[in-house]
Amino acid sequence: MPTVSVKRDLLFQALGRTYTDEEFDELCFEFGLELDEITSEKEIISKEQGNEKAEGASDVILYKIDVPANRYDLLCLEGLVRGLQVFKERIKAPVYKRVMPNGEIQKLIVTEETAKIRPYAVAAVLRNIKFTKDRYDSFIELQEKLHQNICRKRALVAIGTHDLDTLSGPFTYTAKRPSDIKFKPLNKTKEYTACELMNIYKTDNHLKHYLHIIENKPLYPIIYDSNGVVLSMPPIINGNHSKITVNTRNVFIECTGTDFTKAKIVLDIIVTMFSEYCENQFTVEAAEVVFPNGKSHTFPELTYRKEMVRAELINKKVGIRETPENIAKLLTRMFLKSEVIGDGNQIEIEIPPTRADVIHACDIVEDAAIAYGYNNIQMALPKTYTIANQFPLNKLTELLRHDMAAAGFTEALTFALCSQEDIADKLGLDISATNAVHISNPKTAEFQVARTTLLPGILKTIAANRKMPLPLKLFEISDIVVKDSSRDVGARNYRHLCAVYYNKNPGFEIIHGLLDRIMQLLDVPPGEKKRGYMIKTSEGPAFFPGRCAEVFARGQSIGKLGVLHPDVITKFELNMPCSALEINIEPFL
Amino acid sequence: MADGPVAEALLRRLEAGDGGLDSAELAAELGVEHQAVVGAVKSLQALGEIIEAELRSTKHWELTSEGQEIDREGSHEARVFHSVPPEGLPQSELMRLPSGKVGFSKAMSNKWIRVDKSAADGPRVFRAVDSVEDEVQRRLQLVRSGQAEKLGEKERSELKKRKLLTEVTLKTYWVSKGSAFSTSISKQEAELTPEMISNGSWRDRPFKSYNFSARGVLPDSGHLHPLLKVRTQFRQIFLEMGFTEMPTDNFIESSFWNFDALFQPQQHPARDQHDTFFLKDPAEALQLPMDYVHRVKRIHSHGGYGSQGYKYNWKLEEARKNLLRTHTTAASARALYRLAQKKPFTPAKYFSIDRVFRNETLDATHLAEFHQIEGVVADHGLTLGHLMGVLREFFTKLGITQLRFKPAYNPYTEPSMEVFSYHQGLKKWVEVGNSGVFRPEMLLPMGLPEKVSVIAWGLSLERPTMIKYNINNIRELVGHKVNLQMVYNSPLCRLDVEQGSPQTQETR
Repeated sequence: MPTVSVKRDLLFQALGRTYTDEEFDELCFEFGLELDEITSEKEIISKEQGNEKAEGASDVILYKIDVPANRYDLLCLEGLVRGLQVFKERIKAPVYKRVMPNGEIQKLIVTEETAKIRPYAVAAVLRNIKFTKDRYDSFIELQEKLHQNICRKRALVAIGTHDLDTLSGPFTYTAKRPSDIKFKPLNKTKEYTACELMNIYKTDNHLKHYLHIIENKPLYPIIYDSNGVVLSMPPIINGNHSKITVNTRNVFIECTGTDFTKAKIVLDIIVTMFSEYCENQFTVEAAEVVFPNGKSHTFPELTYRKEMVRAELINKKVGIRETPENIAKLLTRMFLKSEVIGDGNQIEIEIPPTRADVIHACDIVEDAAIAYGYNNIQMALPKTYTIANQFPLNKLTELLRHDMAAAGFTEALTFALCSQEDIADKLGLDISATNAVHISNPKTAEFQVARTTLLPGILKTIAANRKMPLPLKLFEISDIVVKDSSRDVGARNYRHLCAVYYNKNPGFEIIHGLLDRIMQLLDVPPGEKKRGYMIKTSEGPAFFPGRCAEVFARGQSIGKLGVLHPDVITKFELNMPCSALEINIEPFL
Repeated sequence: MADGPVAEALLRRLEAGDGGLDSAELAAELGVEHQAVVGAVKSLQALGEIIEAELRSTKHWELTSEGQEIDREGSHEARVFHSVPPEGLPQSELMRLPSGKVGFSKAMSNKWIRVDKSAADGPRVFRAVDSVEDEVQRRLQLVRSGQAEKLGEKERSELKKRKLLTEVTLKTYWVSKGSAFSTSISKQEAELTPEMISNGSWRDRPFKSYNFSARGVLPDSGHLHPLLKVRTQFRQIFLEMGFTEMPTDNFIESSFWNFDALFQPQQHPARDQHDTFFLKDPAEALQLPMDYVHRVKRIHSHGGYGSQGYKYNWKLEEARKNLLRTHTTAASARALYRLAQKKPFTPAKYFSIDRVFRNETLDATHLAEFHQIEGVVADHGLTLGHLMGVLREFFTKLGITQLRFKPAYNPYTEPSMEVFSYHQGLKKWVEVGNSGVFRPEMLLPMGLPEKVSVIAWGLSLERPTMIKYNINNIRELVGHKVNLQMVYNSPLCRLDVEQGSPQTQETR
């Protein structure tokens, strides 16, 4: 969930009133936001770098507000204030307008070289904008928030904003070999080739995260003006030439990306949020983008979409009984201008360009519910009559684990993920013999594979509890995972039961007795008969030679028991003899 | 029958005398070790009110072993004096005597002897006086005869400094008759025996009293793991509420069921390598329900069923990618899909509690795997009010009654609400679960009827368990690093009953 940090006093000034922290927290809660933290720059620095570094930092109070991940229109002070003011019916939602320029329209020409790397581009102009330090900071911060969220760390969309007065259109968005690109990037004093830049930015804590997006591509995306000045090399860096400042009056905005829909949304959000500071409030100057196929589009789209929803549907989905007029009012408070039309039950809702999150009637239902107040909704129990059933495997597991404890064994709860070493090397097996599923992106060795046996987890539990009085008697009934090509995903779980006896003597008879007890509980008689169970001499690398038996029940092999091999004991950092049992319990369902 | 001869003698003397007697004096009179008398006193005390014994401590001076030697043979300096013949002795020879070194310097400072350094065969020692008075020996003899008080404080401390005297504290009992004094005492029985029961002798026997303040012996037993005890209770709650358990025994899931079926777009951050464990082997799902897959593809890329969709290029290969399921909602999706295939539609209530996996940064409250609890109701005409009503009943069974709901965002539910409960200890509202109504974009491609709504909620199993059992670090609860003593000690899980924390019970 993105967190937006705003200056409290600036926020209250924009809201036209002050709140206590509790009151503001309450307002956030009602609206679906969360006042996450009340802090200051000074406090943040002192927490992260110590008191000394914080010396002299601003102690202006900051509100850190968590915003739902799909509400891009609330990612800056401007949007938050507008949303809350409309919610509280203090202002009417503004109407965002795209206007044609008096002179020539700004053009961005996309060449076909971009097709393979970053094919989409959109653009717009904010004309006669008036920044202040705070507005400027907010403008930059919004771009950063968008980059981190909807833009997926610039992979899907990257934003470039430029001082239009330093440039001369038309602009060209193309892709070139990195060695053929040379320009002075933002906040640098000399020119570098793209290759050099990629090297320099490898150590840049901020930019290094974006390099991978184009790094190994033969061509890098690049935008020039008509004089060959570089506007930006998306998604990495803008040129220094067109850098915007607090004094910039005309801003050219370009968004490039691999997701056209998201690029358009991002552009809409930026211009709707900041056109507030234009001379003609909430108007945005159009720009034309000419695609390689020769077709040209005008941006920003700033589309207002109409949806029809019956009042009855909203009442039914939420569980309230409001008149269509009231529901229209509720929705209007959520930035969805609505009116009752037709037979008086139909509500026409206008979805503004800022609310790209509204894609279905259910989104409208939610907004009506929020405006109504979740906590004002009458609770009711569904009349759904059903008979409950347990999942048979879990039912059996529940019954067995209680009787395992009654037999004197204590329940362990170990991880399903582990290292290859745990399930193979330490048990004297080759990893290929385990049939284990392998994880492709483990951060550490602890998450290389899913366990194929419960034994390692229990042995590790014993190793962590060597100080406990002996004997240690542990068990676990849980799932293991193996590859299985008969399953849709190519792997399946098996429910295993594993028990270990750890003492100064191996105690095979105790583990054997436990098996006899389990079979008694499962109503499986001893003997070779079809329904019976028996154990037969066997061997396995995890067991001491001659001290291993295979368990057969209901006509199939279900596992093994025996005295563990000293090598296994040692590899799990244990030093006492130990006997173990591990069986699959699924045949007993 | 008295308890040994010493105890018997003690009782006889008490009977004969009027007042009481001192244990040390009795020991001296009987010619036994004082400890034997103390033992008799203690055994008589254990019998009840036979005697009264008051502990007294007295201090007296005793000679150390060196002190005893001097008492017998004289001080070192006196011995040195006596060993010097009138014609003198070479100093080197004198020094070899047992008392030589210590005695020489003392005798010198007492001016009992003198050294002639001009002698031909080296320094020679001569007597300086004719006779000496061995004051040290005299003082020690006084102490031995029990007249230490005749010595001054300074003299005693000087002898103590020379390690010839030591002060000993003697603990003695002043014993007198008790309220139930008798010379004819019988030994108390420790335990009831089968013989006593069969011959009836228990009727005439006194029995030793039990020490009820001691701890009992814990039974040998196995123990269930606290997290799984809580799991049992949650299953019980769902079953009480009529919810059927969904199969969740498939840790491996395809991206399709884990994300795409839930209308979670393919660029969603949760599908990032940083958040999800993907599989290298088997890397891809072998089978997907292709009809349904096509409907899912359409809703993502083009919309439909009244939705705008996400309008992006949905890729089958992305959906095929295998992973370790990141939520049990993947299993719920499978269950709802199966439900959708049943015609006509029958209402259902489902639950599951099982492991899920996240490729997250680990800390005190986050592990790469944890248990998720999930409840689902599918029926015609379910409302947000119904969701809140079910949540109220569910949380009431957990002992949580103060609830409120906050609008939230989940990719696959709309409306969505976070559930908060008022925490009495923290004095604030804390999130206890997440919930919502599944999006039509998820349900309709499955084939569920349009009028059917599905409400759902979820929470983790670890968090309520950590609160219940007062555990701050999740590694102390889950995994092999758990302390088995914690498992042994954990009380029953009674979610609706206010329990003391295990710690408080421990420090009782």
